[in-house]
Order: sequence, then structure tokens, then C-alpha cells
Amino acid sequence: MPVDKRKVQEINAGSMADIAFLLLIFFLVATTMNVDTGLVRVLPPMPPENQKQEDIKVKERNLFLVLVSGSGNIMVGTPNNQEFTDLHQVKDRTKEFILNPMDDENLPEKTAKEIELADGSKWVYPESQGVVSLQTTLETDYQTYIMVQNELTRAFNEVRDEVAMQKFGKKFSELEKEDRDAVSKAVPLKISEAEPRNIKKQ
Amino acid sequence: MKKKGNKGLPPISTASLPDVIFMILFFFMVSTTMRDQELLVRYKLPEATEVQKLEKKSLASYIHIGQPSLAMQAQFGTAPKIQLNDSYRTTKDILDFIAAERDKLNEADRASMTVVLKADANTKMGIVTEVKQELRRANALKISYAASKSLGY
Repeated sequence: MPVDKRKVQEINAGSMADIAFLLLIFFLVATTMNVDTGLVRVLPPMPPENQKQEDIKVKERNLFLVLVSGSGNIMVGTPNNQEFTDLHQVKDRTKEFILNPMDDENLPEKTAKEIELADGSKWVYPESQGVVSLQTTLETDYQTYIMVQNELTRAFNEVRDEVAMQKFGKKFSELEKEDRDAVSKAVPLKISEAEPRNIKKQ
Repeated sequence: MKKKGNKGLPPISTASLPDVIFMILFFFMVSTTMRDQELLVRYKLPEATEVQKLEKKSLASYIHIGQPSLAMQAQFGTAPKIQLNDSYRTTKDILDFIAAERDKLNEADRASMTVVLKADANTKMGIVTEVKQELRRANALKISYAASKSLGY
């Protein structure tokens, strides 16, 4: 058999770029890059149907109603005393409601809550008993609804930031996971989207 | 004094072009995900500033709400529709849909299943509330209102 003494011929790699381009174009077409972002909520569980529905008793001062009408008007306040507001004021009203800085009688009461910290110590924080109840009509635009939800989330986030700043000297988003959980327990995201049926007068 | 060369410019070597393209290719392969379903509805997500990233995409199920896409409008009109998987459905099918989605997951992951509501910004709350009630009935309580991040309004 004749032995080829010459060097092995190089394979022409000129078309490599074209092949890579083809693959690249395939991936460009077949994949998406969008990151899913959104407002995360937990719905209340459905009460069993055969069971008689219990009235949820919420004291009037602990309830903050946010009504969004079909035309996008927003009313906020306690069940008996509501007023029209602008979207930009919703956040501040909600913050005032959650924090109740002056211990006002018409704003929600607070109960001391013991929270265990990561280092084993206990942290007692006066947790607000307030519940924000968001109600809409069937005609409300989803965009308006999301904007109001966004303002409510922002109020809670800002309160969490303030609490985290006082307790840990850092912003909420910069905390370690354990500390963040502790702050979340101190300021729970209490936004009710199913309307409490009866409001008990006190 | 300049030396006069009578040769033209040497051709630029394209030997590294495949490597460059491969790098771009790998970037796209890593940073993107496969398109898994075809959209039959059109939607423009509402905007919000306080959005959170969806933590695990594999645990998410999607419910799309919006007008039928242009090709489908001749057949289905322009009233908002709900899309589950690859077809238009009504709110009554959500129970089955959630059950099927839950079956796909590990038992350990079922509790953290998230339903992502992708609804058009102009949808009325009526249909969204119906979907939400149905999700409560199906006991899929973790939901995420899909919204795109904006810097403020």
C-alpha cells in the first residue's frame, strides 16, 4: 500500500462561520428573552361550600377600604368615612394607616408581636392589625387596578424599608434572608382582595 | 520618506469569525428560554414600579387574557378571551388546567406553584375577578399579576 508521506490536508474551515450563523439565527427565532416580572399576591383560600360562611369580623378602625370605580376614581377610608383621592395620595394614606405613628384612635390598633431573630434573640414589634381591603367594580380597567395594587405594594415596601432601617440599619432589600423574613413578619402584606362580608360596628 | 508599497492592503483574516459567532451563539443559548407556546391573544402588560422577578420559571403556569390575535379575530371577534395552553378556554376549564399543571410538578414543588396572570392592560376587572375566583376554587393561591417594570408614572 502506498503510504502518503505528505502532510494531512487541512479541512477547509471557511464555512464554519456560516454554520455558526445558521445556529445563531435558529436560536434567535426559537427562544425568548423576556424576564417575567409581576406583583406577587397570595389569594385567600375558598371556604368550603357546604359550610356556612362565617362572618369575618374586622373592627372598623382596622379596616382601610380602597374602592376603584369603573371610571377609575379612587375612594379610600374607613367603611363609614370615605373620600375621593388621587392615585398619588394612596401610598401616603396607606402608610399612615399601617404605621399609625400618633396612635390615633381611628387608625388600626397594634399588638406586640415577638419575632425570633437569626441570632436567637427576640424582637418585640408592635404589629399593626390593619387590613387593606381593595375592591373594584366589574368595569374597572386592569391597568388602574394594577396601578392601585402597585401603590399599595409601594406603601408596604416603604414601611418595611423604614422598619429595616431602624432595626438593622439597612434597607429591606439589602438585608440577609433571615432578617428580611423577620421584617416581613413584623410588617405583613395584608391586602385583602376578597371583601370582608360584614363589618362589625364597635 | 515613505516607502512606497506597490502591493494593496493584505486581506483581513476572517479565521476568527466563527469563534466570534459561536460566542454570540452561546450567549443566546444560555440567556434565553425556548418559546413554549404560541400566543393566541394580544396583550400589552400593565406597568408597575414595584414588580418582582418570577423566581422559578419551571413552577409557573400561565393564563393569558386579552383580545384574540389579529389572525383569529375574523373567527372569534374582539371580545377578550382566556387562553390556557394552546387554545381558548372559558373560566370553567381553569380547574382542570390547574389540576393538570399541578400533576406535572414534583410533589415537593406543588405548594410553590405560581400562576402568572398575563392580562391586557385594557381588560375589565370582571373577567379577571372570575379567573381569580376560579383559582381560589382550584386552590392555586400563589399568583403573580404580570406587569412590566416602569420607572414611574
